[in-house]
Amino acid sequence: MRIEIDEISKQFGTTAALTPVSLAIPSGALVALLGPSGSGKTTLLRILGGLEFPTSGRVLFDGQDATGLTVQDRRAGFVFQSYALFRHMTVFDNIAYGLNARPRASRPPKAEVTRRVQKLLELIQLPDIGSRYPSQLSGGQRQRVALARALAIEPRMLLLDEPFGALDAKVRKELRQGLRDIHDETGLTTVFVTHDQEEAMELADLVVVMSMGRIEQIGKPADIRARPASQFVREFITA
Amino acid sequence: MSDIPLRSYRPVTTEAPLFRTALIVVVLGILAVLLFAPLITVFYEALRKGALEALTSLANPEALSAIKLTLLVAALAVPLNAVFGIAAAWFITKYDFRGKAFLITLIDLPFSVSPVVAGLCIVLTFGANTAFGGWLVGMGYPIVFALPGIVLASLFVTFPFVARELIPVMIEQGRAEEEAALTLGASGWRVFLTVTLPNIRWALLYGVLLANARAMGEFGAVAVVSGKIRGVTATMPITIEMMYNEYLSVAAFSLAGVLALLALVTLALKTALEIAHADALAANHRH
Ligand SMILES: Nc1ncnc2c1ncn2[C@@H]1O[C@H](COP(=O)(O)OP(=O)(O)O)[C@@H](O)[C@H]1O
Ligand SMILES: [Mg+2]
Repeated sequence: MRIEIDEISKQFGTTAALTPVSLAIPSGALVALLGPSGSGKTTLLRILGGLEFPTSGRVLFDGQDATGLTVQDRRAGFVFQSYALFRHMTVFDNIAYGLNARPRASRPPKAEVTRRVQKLLELIQLPDIGSRYPSQLSGGQRQRVALARALAIEPRMLLLDEPFGALDAKVRKELRQGLRDIHDETGLTTVFVTHDQEEAMELADLVVVMSMGRIEQIGKPADIRARPASQFVREFITA
Repeated sequence: MSDIPLRSYRPVTTEAPLFRTALIVVVLGILAVLLFAPLITVFYEALRKGALEALTSLANPEALSAIKLTLLVAALAVPLNAVFGIAAAWFITKYDFRGKAFLITLIDLPFSVSPVVAGLCIVLTFGANTAFGGWLVGMGYPIVFALPGIVLASLFVTFPFVARELIPVMIEQGRAEEEAALTLGASGWRVFLTVTLPNIRWALLYGVLLANARAMGEFGAVAVVSGKIRGVTATMPITIEMMYNEYLSVAAFSLAGVLALLALVTLALKTALEIAHADALAANHRH
């Protein structure tokens, strides 16, 4: 799905989290929102997911105005920074949550839910952890379960907030490749937030560099490296 | 470093053995005098003329009516306060708004206001000589000197318990799980039932038990609003006081024994909860 962000601004009281920003994301792209802490990355991602509404501007999905669409109707697979797994449910029930939350008419039968959850567990290469609780998983396993849970609703796009932020370097490298593989397999338009320039450059097709609620530069990793648009970008990508 | 003499292996936070023993004896002594002695006295006085006499006094219509009324008031006030408490905690922890700190202070008001004052406020607001109260009496639904007033008074004194248990737990858990459920397509109500409620269930039960103990034992506020009508609006604590003033000591202490037993059952449940769900309750060490 193609995503367009048209002159979006967001004000929290007197703080301007986003001064009007515009961005077009082609269908099927893997995009990184890159910037230092407080630059408005999470806010932009939450606006896309419908968890936050912009003060002004529009969001368009495949050319259709989606600004007023509720969070439920966005069908965005969202992976939260600390994963936000349901702590009192097993991994199986976590992944099945979105399917079971559907209206009765479109809810798959129980056997079908089981089949789909099992398939997702295999996709994230953790076929045997369905009966465990989130507290019994490692950080990397939690992240993958959160990804499977988001994929279970057959989302129209995938939104990830600092998906590798809480992991150690080795696991981080592995899971980066995992996200790339899942993106290529599903073909979903994917937007992830990171403050790690190496991660953004290595993983993304398109990098959006942000600072203080503004977009500094949009481009392919190689182009940004070769021609940083501002002093800020030059310093940030060499840091 | 090697020239520092190793004099003692005692951890720095541990007192000398003699001092420790003395401290324990003093604490046990205070507990014995303030808690155990009165409790034993209640049962001793109740059973002084034998168990039969004690049971007979409980079968007296006044005592039975008091027990029924107290259980009824608790059965009405506690669930209502569970709902109010969840709503207040939800509102405070899930939304950002101005004056939040003030609202949290307001929830604690019943802890600092004397229950008698609270009772008087209810009388002054809903009494028969106020416009609203008079109209209600005319319609046949008096509040003061009747069940609704007693329930209102109990609601007031027990209001903080559930909310105060839930607020720290809900703050600690944040909003992320609820937001995740919303992005997965769940309605607000479904999120509440399948995510919020299971996450707060032990803290909620704990708050409900505390509120229940307080509701059954409340004297001051209920004394003012109930009018102490025998067999009609006299709750257990009120009836105990009236019986005691009339030198019906076996009856008074027998009823007091029942009230104490109800409180002990609540306490036992609360302790069982603490042992079984120490993790979930770890956020609040205040009780
Ligand atoms: N719910 C909120 N209330 C008030 N201010 C917020 C809120 N969310 C974000 N902000 C502010 O908006 C700015 C951008 O935040 P955020 O989007 O989280 O940045 P990033 O994810 O890039 O670190 C920051 O100054 C932050 O303090
Ligand atoms: Mg962020």
